[in-house]
Amino acid sequence: MSSIRDCGLTACGWALADLVAPAAAGRPGALLRRIFDSDLWWSFRRSPVTVAAAIVAFVLIASSLLAPWIAPHDPFNLASLNLLDAEHPPAWLAGGSWRFPLGTDQEGRDMLSAILYGSRLSLLVGFPAVLVSMVLGVTLGLVAGWRGGLIDTVIMRVADVELSFPAILVALLIDGVARGVLPRGIHNEIASYVVIAAIALSFWVHYARTVRASTLVERDKEYIQAARVIGVRPAKILFGHLLPNVIGPVLVVATINLALAILTEATLSFLGVGLPPTRPSLGTLIRNGNDYLMSGDWWISLFPGAALAALILSVNLLGDWLRDAFNPKLR
Amino acid sequence: MTEPLLRVENLRVELPGRRGVVTAIDDVSFAVAPGEVLGIVGESGAGKSLTGAAIIGLLEPPLHLVGGRIAFAGRRIDNLPGEAMRRIRGRQIGMIFQDPLTSLNPLYTIGRQLIETIRTHLDLAPASARERALALLHEVGIAGAERRLYQYPHQFSGGMRQRIVIALAIAANPRLIIADEPTTALDVSIQAQIIALLQRLSRNSGAAVVLISHDMGLIAETAHRVAVMYAGRVVEIGPVREIISHPRHPYTRGLMNAIPRIGGGRDRLCQIEGAMPRLGEIPAGCPFGPRCAEASDACRRWRPQLLPAAGTDAACWLYARMPAPTGEVVNG
Amino acid sequence: MLAFLIERLLQSAVVMLAVALIAFTLFNYVGDPIENMVGQDTTIAERQQLRHELGLDDSVVVQFARFVADAACGDFGISYQQQRPVGQIILERLPATFELSFVAVAMAIALGVPMGIYTGIHRHSWLSHGLMGLSLVGVSLPTFLVGILLILVFSVDLGWLPSFGRGTVVHIGWWSTGLLTLDGWRAIIMPATTLALFQMTLIMRLVRAEMTEVLRTDYIKFARARGLSNRAIHFGHALKNSLVPVITITGLQLGSVIAFAIITETVFQWPGMGLMFIQAVSFVDIPVMAAYLMLVGGFFVVVNLVVDLLNHVIDPRLRVDRVRVGIG
Repeated sequence: MSSIRDCGLTACGWALADLVAPAAAGRPGALLRRIFDSDLWWSFRRSPVTVAAAIVAFVLIASSLLAPWIAPHDPFNLASLNLLDAEHPPAWLAGGSWRFPLGTDQEGRDMLSAILYGSRLSLLVGFPAVLVSMVLGVTLGLVAGWRGGLIDTVIMRVADVELSFPAILVALLIDGVARGVLPRGIHNEIASYVVIAAIALSFWVHYARTVRASTLVERDKEYIQAARVIGVRPAKILFGHLLPNVIGPVLVVATINLALAILTEATLSFLGVGLPPTRPSLGTLIRNGNDYLMSGDWWISLFPGAALAALILSVNLLGDWLRDAFNPKLR
Repeated sequence: MTEPLLRVENLRVELPGRRGVVTAIDDVSFAVAPGEVLGIVGESGAGKSLTGAAIIGLLEPPLHLVGGRIAFAGRRIDNLPGEAMRRIRGRQIGMIFQDPLTSLNPLYTIGRQLIETIRTHLDLAPASARERALALLHEVGIAGAERRLYQYPHQFSGGMRQRIVIALAIAANPRLIIADEPTTALDVSIQAQIIALLQRLSRNSGAAVVLISHDMGLIAETAHRVAVMYAGRVVEIGPVREIISHPRHPYTRGLMNAIPRIGGGRDRLCQIEGAMPRLGEIPAGCPFGPRCAEASDACRRWRPQLLPAAGTDAACWLYARMPAPTGEVVNG
Repeated sequence: MLAFLIERLLQSAVVMLAVALIAFTLFNYVGDPIENMVGQDTTIAERQQLRHELGLDDSVVVQFARFVADAACGDFGISYQQQRPVGQIILERLPATFELSFVAVAMAIALGVPMGIYTGIHRHSWLSHGLMGLSLVGVSLPTFLVGILLILVFSVDLGWLPSFGRGTVVHIGWWSTGLLTLDGWRAIIMPATTLALFQMTLIMRLVRAEMTEVLRTDYIKFARARGLSNRAIHFGHALKNSLVPVITITGLQLGSVIAFAIITETVFQWPGMGLMFIQAVSFVDIPVMAAYLMLVGGFFVVVNLVVDLLNHVIDPRLRVDRVRVGIG
């Protein structure tokens, strides 16, 4: 769980709006220059840990997304698997070969490839989950803060009840319900969508609360009053005027939530209720490897574990830096 | 002449920062006699509070003392190890801060806070400490002390809280009290009461007071002597009557002129042009030079020390009887 | 004080009802209870009969009322998977989870608070930097990974500690405890450490942050100006003021202990309620899921209530003062 400190609201929004404006005006070159000139970049470069984290995150993310092209083997092509290749240790140990640099699992699948594809899946679930929860949470928060009254109360009560349960539990519950409702075969097919939905439905609350609080503050400010008087449609006010001013902390929460989303998906998969073994994410791989721990094939779970840890840690560090960079109190 | 209780000589405090080292207090010297009230007056950022903090040894890192000495009752205190300095705090030198709302721990009764302070410095049994706590509350003018001992800070008004703060500061009978803007956060009507209280306590116990404030009127009514600070230095120091009626330093003169007087016959407020330079941007020579109507070439090049100026001491080349460093005689 | 208590109790009751409602919806409408209970060759007539006997054709409100009443007596229905009363299963599994959580929380507090105090006071010592670095890792490493690593080192490599199960267990009445045997302790150490790690780092970072904030306040500055000793300042004033938010957040975090217990129990095959819940989700054993939900919901409600009460006691500002705020 991230620490519970908010950054300055409008400061974040303006800083980001400032940065993004040239791009929005159609001059991407200017945007790049402004990024490199800004305070953000300066504080980024000053912290070697963050730079390292950024590099690691970039490498991991890039290599996993490119998995279909750079993986040495295709671990899902059943035809290419050979049981004789099963349970080979990593290349630098006795019995291993450089054909399978990180060893193989019990069915002869190359661990390196499995990890690359697995990371890809983890990301392909994590990113959309955060995106969906952000859109959902921000929208609900805006509506709740803007309309007030019954809608506000309902949304906030639901949020309160949901917040008193840990996210994992909520995700587990939603996943379980989906299993109960969908026939087994279909469930496996759309497992990744179910997990995305489960995570999104557990995380929207964070955004909704922050956005609602900011909306309540901004709602009474003069520029909003002015827009209403002129007769601008509420939807346009909400998304055109209000949103840019409340978006700052949301983006910071989103970065932190990305690590959390990846972790949640991995946990769900490890517990056996996430992505199935036919298209495994890192969590599923670790679950699989767990069975072979006692017999000494430690690489089947450890390498995916290391990849997962590296991914989460680097995203976490990036999120920490982003939070500190945006916090006007620390400057 | 009696030995001064507090003697500050050439005090220098620096602040290392992102863009280099900045001098927050630059060669400040003054002395306080026993039982005397010295006022330190100046704008925000002039270094008054920092001086107070330096005396009692509570400079917050990365601020640190780099030069000069501070002597209390003849003993040097600026270089004492932590534990020795701690024993002096509260017992020999007491300090009061500006905001009574935040000066007291909200989670403890004032009785507990008083007794704790008393027993830290005076070797008293709990019962005697409690007696003393009651006496202190009575002395600072809090009625119903018996009952009040068990109450929490949030149950008192601002003025009463400041009285409690004063009670805490004098609990061990210190010989010097440093009061850093003690009335700024209070209502005007309460201000007078608190200042009267401080004066009475000082007279009764013989304690000296260093009164730090930006309010010249307050200083005028309370202090015996005044030190005027500007940009981290003392620019004028002398008896309060003299400073008020015959300010010598152009800055002090500007300050006095800026105070509107009833029946003064002026229709515009006098201001000093410009603003006090920020810590990192103090010009060479006299810091007030850029804003001074009487600045000369010497003022821009050489920094003046405190020079006797008929009644007060002023750091201004106007009062140099000796030749200025260029060799020319300036103002005889 | 009494008014406060009653108000909070009412709030808690409302939340519990909401949770019960969700559990009830789950119970009745996800999948068909009848389908899950009977064999394939039961005729439709027999199913209708069963439905009537179980009261499943009564109105929703009646069914809900019955559901709540049953739950209050501990009757949560029959498990689809194990074909026996859910209540019984829960009683068997509860001690395991309870002991695990208890030991883990005790560890987290016993280690986290002192570490937090130390790193809060000595912000820049190398030990502090080291601890903070480790804490970042502790927050980022998934719980199951920690468990697996511990198993690798202590079970597979060194063979000191068992990698699954509770060890030898002593039965006292309906309770079974592993804390009375050496075996039991050897079995509980790794799972408890795994469970405690996240909590510990969280508590440490929290205490540190609070201590740092508090040590910057005016009343601490004034306390120093009064010559109070470091010990009095750190442990008398700063600590007490830091604890208020720490207690609140730690209490609220007890929820995550429950969640992480699910994971830990899975890694170590610890026969507790968490493992039971996971198996129920895999099997879609709705009665067990619903029962777990109600119990956990109840647990949270109680924890929130206790935290609120504790805060009220510790922070005098929260007590509504009948006496008028001081005069002049």
